[in-house]
Amino acid sequence: MTHVFEKRRNRLRAMKELSESYLPPEQVITCPSCGQEVAREEVERALSVCPACGHHFPISGPARLRLVMDGAKYRELYRHVQAGNPLDFPGYDDKLRAAQEKTGLDEAVIVATGEIGGRRCVACVLDSRFMMGSMSAAVGEKLTLGIEYTVRRALPLIIFSASGGARMQEGILSLMQMAKTSAALAKLSQKGLLYISVLTDPTMGGVTASFASLGDVILAEPGALIGFAGPRVIEQTIGQSLPEGFQRAEFLMEHGFIDAIVPRSGLRDALAKLLMLHEGGTAWRKH
Amino acid sequence: MEETLTAAQRVALARQAQRPGICAFIDGLFTGFFEMKGDRLAGEDGAILGGVALYHGQPVTVIGTRKGRTVEENLHCRFGMPGPEGYRKALRLMKQAEKFGRPVITFIDTPGAYPGIAAEERGQGEAIACCLMEMSTLTVPVVSVVTGEGNSGGALALGVANRVLMLENAVYAILSPEGFASILWKDASRHEEACELMKLTAPDLMQLGVIDAIIQEPEGGAQRDAAAQIAMIDRALSAELHALRGMSGRELAAQRMEKFRRMGAPRPEADA
Ligand SMILES: [Zn+2]
Repeated sequence: MTHVFEKRRNRLRAMKELSESYLPPEQVITCPSCGQEVAREEVERALSVCPACGHHFPISGPARLRLVMDGAKYRELYRHVQAGNPLDFPGYDDKLRAAQEKTGLDEAVIVATGEIGGRRCVACVLDSRFMMGSMSAAVGEKLTLGIEYTVRRALPLIIFSASGGARMQEGILSLMQMAKTSAALAKLSQKGLLYISVLTDPTMGGVTASFASLGDVILAEPGALIGFAGPRVIEQTIGQSLPEGFQRAEFLMEHGFIDAIVPRSGLRDALAKLLMLHEGGTAWRKH
Repeated sequence: MEETLTAAQRVALARQAQRPGICAFIDGLFTGFFEMKGDRLAGEDGAILGGVALYHGQPVTVIGTRKGRTVEENLHCRFGMPGPEGYRKALRLMKQAEKFGRPVITFIDTPGAYPGIAAEERGQGEAIACCLMEMSTLTVPVVSVVTGEGNSGGALALGVANRVLMLENAVYAILSPEGFASILWKDASRHEEACELMKLTAPDLMQLGVIDAIIQEPEGGAQRDAAAQIAMIDRALSAELHALRGMSGRELAAQRMEKFRRMGAPRPEADA
């Protein structure tokens, strides 16, 4: 009885966190996708999804973890790893501090462990509120530490991507994180461990061109913008406008790069099912 | 004289049309080159040239980005900007090198991966990601040389090497200074300012631990004396390959992974 009650309370708290920082503060919100006016409360109840058209508003990293983890509970790992200013880039320190204050996070990624459907896993979540979820050396380091932790404990890994790509202020060191995270995933793969990549709006640039595209299973949220080159850069290069729906999750699935598009309301169940299906397949393993 | 070049001047030199490219390197450094085309999936991409050749009598796999030397070639190679077919071809050749136990030598000179509709449709990001992951695990020696401009994941996709060398006036960066300025300041005309901040020159990258050695250029730049430049590359390359000769396949993969593992990691001994 108390268990059920606690579950409901956690669920309610999760819903509150979901809307914390992404939805506009007004009581009535105009959906950017369908233009309908919808009650903020209704959007919140639908896990930050427009009740009229299904548009998925972005959600914060903590909200994402609460949404998928059993009992909305998880334990954060490697919180201490913070961005430095390796190139002494002017103004970067202030930008970082502002992002930290705004989000309450130390960096654009959270590494956590918890259970989904009763199965322990490691989950990394990029939070696009923090400098567009861009890949700093600290983000790459935290992801790599998370992957290495996963390998040591032989757990399944889930990475939720939401990123504009590279952290410009860290220049080449941001670029190198692509190789670093990809090499770490190679080790995870060699150990026969499961990696599920979940692409959310937006997943672009160096994140798409590294860990986000390397999942054994790749899921995406409906309508998420996913690609390597930014739409504006492509338009400038080819001198024409882009077709409707270009670089959206549905477009990528049609071209064979995504296993399934999963609406937010079904995400936890989909992940739980995938974790279940990948258990116990060790008998014929090579390694 | 080179000591006093600004970063922006090096960017200009690195982009010099007369600077020797992959074709000159293949002619000057290797014998018996046999080009291998196609990704065996969808197409052939002229922006990446690859095949097998002899290097001082030893079979090696050579792969490089190609900008082209005439306007016609430039267009055919999209000025050295590969699409997913190019990266998948490169990966195919690297795996082939592993099968036959040949070292892999890559030459990098690209404005970046091509930003286009078809490239996105065929998974530009996925193609680069697979290169990065698979290249890190190769059990043969891999040496990369950044010879001109090496921009973005499109350059790194050929650069996950045991040893990364760079010509003195080459540049290696997250993206072009113009792109950098336009993203950061919404003003591409501030690219010279970007050059100075980006730490994209060989000495800067040496200090950051991103590259392993700098190859000198002839007085005034590589374009002044391609033959002399090739001789300088030859000396550096053969020394690097010789140094890697004693390592087992497992050690080579481990050394490469460990090298990239350290990049951007917090250093307890504080930055020098
Ligand atoms: Zn709507």
